Amino acid sequence: MNIVVCIKQVPDTAEVKINPETGTLMREGVPSIVNPFDTFAIEEALCLKEKFGGKVTVLTMGPQQAVEALKEALAMGADQAILLSDRAFAGSDTWATAYTLALAIRKLGAFDIILCGKQAIDGDTGQVGPGIAVQLAVTALTYVSKINRVEIEPAPGFIEVERVLDEGRETLQTRLPVLLTVVKDINIPRLSTISDIRRAVQMRIPTWTAADLPGADPKKLGLDGSPTRVVTICSPPGRGATVEMIPADRVDEAASALVEKILARNVL
Amino acid sequence: MAIVSIDKEKCIGCGACVDVCPFGALIMADDVAAVNDKCTACGACLDICPVMAISLPESTGGPARDLTAYQGVWVWVEQFRGKARSISWEMMGQGRRLADRRKAALTACVLGHGVEHIAGEAIAYGADRVFHVDHPGLGVYRTSPYAAALVGLVRRYKPEIFLLGASLRGRDLAGSVATELYTGLTADCTGLEIDPESGFLRQTRPAFGGNILATILCPNHRPQMSTVRHRVFEMPHPDSHRQGQIVAVETKLDEERIATSVLNFVQEFTEVNLTEARVIVSGGRGLGNPKGFEMLRELADVLGGTVAASRAAVDAGWIPYEHQVGQTGRTVRPDLYIACGISGAVQHLAGMNTAQVIVAINKDPAAPIFSVADYGITGDLYQIIPALTEQFRKRLRS
Ligand SMILES: Cc1cc2nc3c(=O)[nH]c(=O)nc-3n(C[C@H](O)[C@H](O)[C@H](O)COP(=O)(O)OP(=O)(O)OC[C@H]3O[C@@H](n4cnc5c(N)ncnc54)[C@H](O)[C@@H]3O)c2cc1C
Ligand SMILES: Cc1cc2nc3c(=O)[nH]c(=O)nc-3n(C[C@H](O)[C@H](O)[C@H](O)COP(=O)(O)OP(=O)(O)OC[C@H]3O[C@@H](n4cnc5c(N)ncnc54)[C@H](O)[C@@H]3O)c2cc1C
Ligand code: SF4
Repeated sequence: MNIVVCIKQVPDTAEVKINPETGTLMREGVPSIVNPFDTFAIEEALCLKEKFGGKVTVLTMGPQQAVEALKEALAMGADQAILLSDRAFAGSDTWATAYTLALAIRKLGAFDIILCGKQAIDGDTGQVGPGIAVQLAVTALTYVSKINRVEIEPAPGFIEVERVLDEGRETLQTRLPVLLTVVKDINIPRLSTISDIRRAVQMRIPTWTAADLPGADPKKLGLDGSPTRVVTICSPPGRGATVEMIPADRVDEAASALVEKILARNVL
Repeated sequence: MAIVSIDKEKCIGCGACVDVCPFGALIMADDVAAVNDKCTACGACLDICPVMAISLPESTGGPARDLTAYQGVWVWVEQFRGKARSISWEMMGQGRRLADRRKAALTACVLGHGVEHIAGEAIAYGADRVFHVDHPGLGVYRTSPYAAALVGLVRRYKPEIFLLGASLRGRDLAGSVATELYTGLTADCTGLEIDPESGFLRQTRPAFGGNILATILCPNHRPQMSTVRHRVFEMPHPDSHRQGQIVAVETKLDEERIATSVLNFVQEFTEVNLTEARVIVSGGRGLGNPKGFEMLRELADVLGGTVAASRAAVDAGWIPYEHQVGQTGRTVRPDLYIACGISGAVQHLAGMNTAQVIVAINKDPAAPIFSVADYGITGDLYQIIPALTEQFRKRLRS
């Protein structure tokens, strides 16, 4: 079984703090991590490989330093990793990102399952997975919380999964090949040992540029290929309310004062 | 992947841009600013530079098409088991406003099987025209037949703006449709405005875990597509006397080619309780234990409201995830939100700061929750909340 996992390196948004004076992001010391949802995708790929045999390939598009994310995936047990990095990819929105990743997947050859995270914690769009599937003309099943069954014989084979929707859980079946985006309920990612990490450091990670992607249309790459433009970035505005503090020297007096104020607002 | 260019002659080495870059792409080297390959072309640094030394390359944004051929505002009306979701009507309210501003028509797209009644409701909620696509194969949502139907309609009728709800289905569908159409899609918008000069749609959305707000344009591709966050915009009032046109659209579906079938559905989440609640009593880590929620439930019962929680309380296992409010939980817009033992992290505020009246109870007078609250009490919630419940009980009975 050929499995491709797309992962993204992201700043750890849990560590991002806003400078209260200037209202800007304080990035000092914010570590780069593998997008948390992508670690579930890697784990699921490894489980599938353990069951069906085959090969797990990890892909990322990003700056040179994103190679660190690929090393983490290799340490977990992926067989090969490829970095897509080129000035020409810079400034990609989700359309151009999906286009570029799809070209790379096509170059890798036949695949059975592509795995993505449900969304990246920085861009937060969740659009890249469905985008790759459309580019490759395969079915996408999003928000998958469990793989119930995979049958590779008889060809083309099929997969049955559970996925999360707003009102509950749906069970779906579709033909292979397929692209899945996964949520965190799906598994618990394994930890890599020191020797795994040592082994991963030794592995060679090729970098592919635009020139390495057959059929790449330069007009569809990077900033030029991206329909969306971020025009401004700011920190979220306050609510514009000034708080009225109610003295709490005596609890029951404070409670009754608050109750009167709320009743006066006519919201009950 | 350096993108912005810095004019080294102009740069005065003030360092103002270094702090403003959300990606850490700008550094000071030899007393002038330099950009490294983390730049994403977000543009945050351009305006901050006092001598305008930073610029983004002019980009065509892909091949320009004949944009004037695209007119009108569309909304996809999401339905589940024959009932339209409230998020769709919220978008109709926004769609109406944008259409009026563009002096154009508002069209609703209703897909399903046996859902004619929703087409009528769409007119009451503001549509001038409804495309009603009825087919047994559209009875249960599946990405590919829904996407194919919408792509076909867009190619034929060319809307200028197309809004879908940022629900799980909406995001799934929008991602496929926009890719197929080769147009821009802005995710999870919390603000939509028409730019007065260009007439483009200015789409505002939180990113970076709610830490920043980005405004995004789609200058050269049409339609301009957005998914819109639930409960951020007000629900319009339906008017059953409104007139509109319902257009039945034929669709051919080949089950063989769809490949996907839905085998089962288990309803789990009682989404309605939280997102539709008028009064919410919400608890955080400050409760200290799961028992605290019983106390909150008592207050909520007196007020006819619902109990919610911060992520810290959910992660502690005190209350199920369905109750979580915030960036990665539900967005709520109640008339009254009482936050108890919640510090007020940006990710929590993102889910509740459009509540009409916010009350905060916290023992720390410096807790950020007070900065969004209308009323605050500093003190121990285990003393204050029972007293509050008692007072409300008295006053609401009389
Ligand atoms: C503030 C801000 C707001 C933005 N808003 C939008 C927007 O509304 N619309 C838009 O089109 N673009 C937007 N972008 C651009 C967008 O963030 C990038 O295109 C990004 O490369 C992918 O989007 P994402 O982070 O949302 O990923 P998602 O679509 O959320 O990622 C889903 C999954 O796709 C895979 N994946 C994503 N990126 C990569 C990658 N580079 N390499 C390998 N696998 C990957 C991973 O498996 C990931 O879990 C925005 C950028 C910024 C800085
Ligand atoms: C990507 C991302 C997404 C996130 N999404 C969400 C989300 O959707 N929703 C969410 O809520 N959070 C979310 N978070 C987490 C968020 O950053 C905070 O960690 C979380 O909201 C904190 O919860 P809290 O306020 O309950 O806990 P704390 O921050 O620990 O605050 C507890 C408060 O209780 C007060 N307190 C303690 N004891 C008492 C007492 N006896 N009486 C009165 N007050 C008392 C304390 O003074 C303190 O202010 C997210 C974080 C990230 C990084
Ligand atoms: S454009 Fe954005 S990412 Fe690039 S240097 Fe400026 S602030 Fe940083």
